[in-house]
Amino acid sequence: MSKETLLNAALLALLALFPLGAWLADEPFLITLTTRAVIFAIAGVGLNFALGLGGLVSLGHAAFFGLGGYVMGVLAYHAQTYTSLLSWPIELSGTTAMPIIWLFAVALSALLALGIGALSLRTSGVYFIMITLAFAQMLYYFTISWPAYGGEDGLSIYVRNKFIGLNTMDPIQFYLICYGLMLLVLALVWTFSRSAFGLALGAARQNEERVLALGQRPYRLYLTAFAISGAITGLAGALFADLNRFVSPTMFSWQTSGEIMIFVILGGVGRVFGPVAGAALFILLEYSLGGLSDYWHVYLGAILLGVVLFARGGIYGLLTGREVAHD
Amino acid sequence: MSFILFIEQLLNGLQFGVMLFLMAAGLTLVFGVMGLINLAHGSLYMVGAFAAAATATATGSFLLALIASLVFAAFAGVLIEVLVIRRLYARDHLDQVLATFALILIFSEGTRWLFGSFPLFLDKPDWLSGTVNLPFGIIYSRYRLAMILAGLAVAAGLFWMIARTRIGIRIRAGENDREMIAALGVNISLLHTFVFALGAALAGFAGALIGAIQSVQVGMGEPVLILAFVVIVIGGIGSIKGAFIGALLVGLTDTLGRFLLPWLFQFVMSPSSANAVGASLSSMSIYLLMAGVLLFRPKGLFGSQ
Repeated sequence: MSKETLLNAALLALLALFPLGAWLADEPFLITLTTRAVIFAIAGVGLNFALGLGGLVSLGHAAFFGLGGYVMGVLAYHAQTYTSLLSWPIELSGTTAMPIIWLFAVALSALLALGIGALSLRTSGVYFIMITLAFAQMLYYFTISWPAYGGEDGLSIYVRNKFIGLNTMDPIQFYLICYGLMLLVLALVWTFSRSAFGLALGAARQNEERVLALGQRPYRLYLTAFAISGAITGLAGALFADLNRFVSPTMFSWQTSGEIMIFVILGGVGRVFGPVAGAALFILLEYSLGGLSDYWHVYLGAILLGVVLFARGGIYGLLTGREVAHD
Repeated sequence: MSFILFIEQLLNGLQFGVMLFLMAAGLTLVFGVMGLINLAHGSLYMVGAFAAAATATATGSFLLALIASLVFAAFAGVLIEVLVIRRLYARDHLDQVLATFALILIFSEGTRWLFGSFPLFLDKPDWLSGTVNLPFGIIYSRYRLAMILAGLAVAAGLFWMIARTRIGIRIRAGENDREMIAALGVNISLLHTFVFALGAALAGFAGALIGAIQSVQVGMGEPVLILAFVVIVIGGIGSIKGAFIGALLVGLTDTLGRFLLPWLFQFVMSPSSANAVGASLSSMSIYLLMAGVLLFRPKGLFGSQ
């Protein structure tokens, strides 16, 4: 077993055992904290699919995270107030069933990612970074100025949505849902990255001309990867909104995009499990440094700077002794 | 809607555009010469605004405040260039984004620690407050007019410097071939520090000028930074001329959109929903402009194709 596999297993075991311990010790706050880590991990895994595998540096993943959040908010709001979502051309009502919300979050995020991707992938490099950032900012301002769903104040949902057979308001049961989804997403990404599509995408990242010469269109590969990546991050957004029972334009803000990227970098770019480690470390830092000082972002900034300048492989790079995942 | 109101909004758009140019010029220069994407440019804008507000409070002089904004922003620029940024020139864009994102965190929290979370206020000087009468009976804010003139003067100075002076020649040479001008005996790392400090000073100056009409607070820089990104994406990265045209386009589109769209929608819907739809659409107008430019010219209006 390689060091990386060992680390992956340890990480999954830790994320399974720690909340169970917190549950036995009756510490619901720690369970909620771990839930946040797991949801952030899903968002990071989504970004890592585009960033690590496809080399697409998207600084706009808050767009999908926020959209997922608003899908949950809008559907649940209409269900809870018994108003219809759409009356024309078809009658649509809201829902409080989590699986349906997830389905919508994933589908709409994928669509949004296709739209944003189709435009931004006409460019590359630094243009791509700026354009993805700009599109996320556009949605941020749109949600602020659109008054129907709370505008700047956001939208509160009083009861967490439902999942058959479980009491989602119980922290440990909601945690298990999120953990299960994380495992599912990890398995999916693992399979994708080893499929013919994943290999072609990795090849396109390394050498576009060769992939083109072999008869694959890099644009199409990138766009597919970007859509899958956005869909996964959208799912995380729906879960995050359900965790807080609240959505606001903050989920669309540029800081959110930056944080999702931090999860990926702290863990190690291009490792399937990297963002899981990164998100866990981020939450750990937030919890420990946040208790130490109100200005904990200074330390976060310093740590991030240190990682970028001196430890480019993140946690996985440090612990497995290889700086870069592949290439 | 009267003609005079329209002209006034046009001038507001011009003022916004000129300020955006001051931000975008530094970004595009730094990218052109060093190949660096600098997210912390918004922090330098914030440094300029805070330096100006603190100086104005201490001395009561607006001119000293403007000078302080230039000096402190340039100094902050030199500091981060020497300590952090120059290690990033050879790195890929991902590393640059992350390291400069880390700098934003450090700058923002550092400023919050120094000045607190409450916004500061920078007052316009007496000699620039009030209004001024322009031809055709247009009455316009004296301060905003001064902002337009100051911004245009700085833009003209920048164009002159790049086109006519020795340092400008070196900057242009640096954009074309970094190794070659180093081989010709130009101290390239000093040139890089200078370009970075110049961009920082321009951003700080814009921060101080805008600080007098908005509040000076932590996080004020990033929304402007993202607009400046839109500007240089439209204009073409690395092109000063593109940054100028892009800045004016964005400034005018944003200001006129906010003004005209709610008015236009009134013809087809009730006033309250016209306001809502108009406001939401106009908040997206510049990004739609960017998307439109990208469809036809993926490298921007003046980018090298």
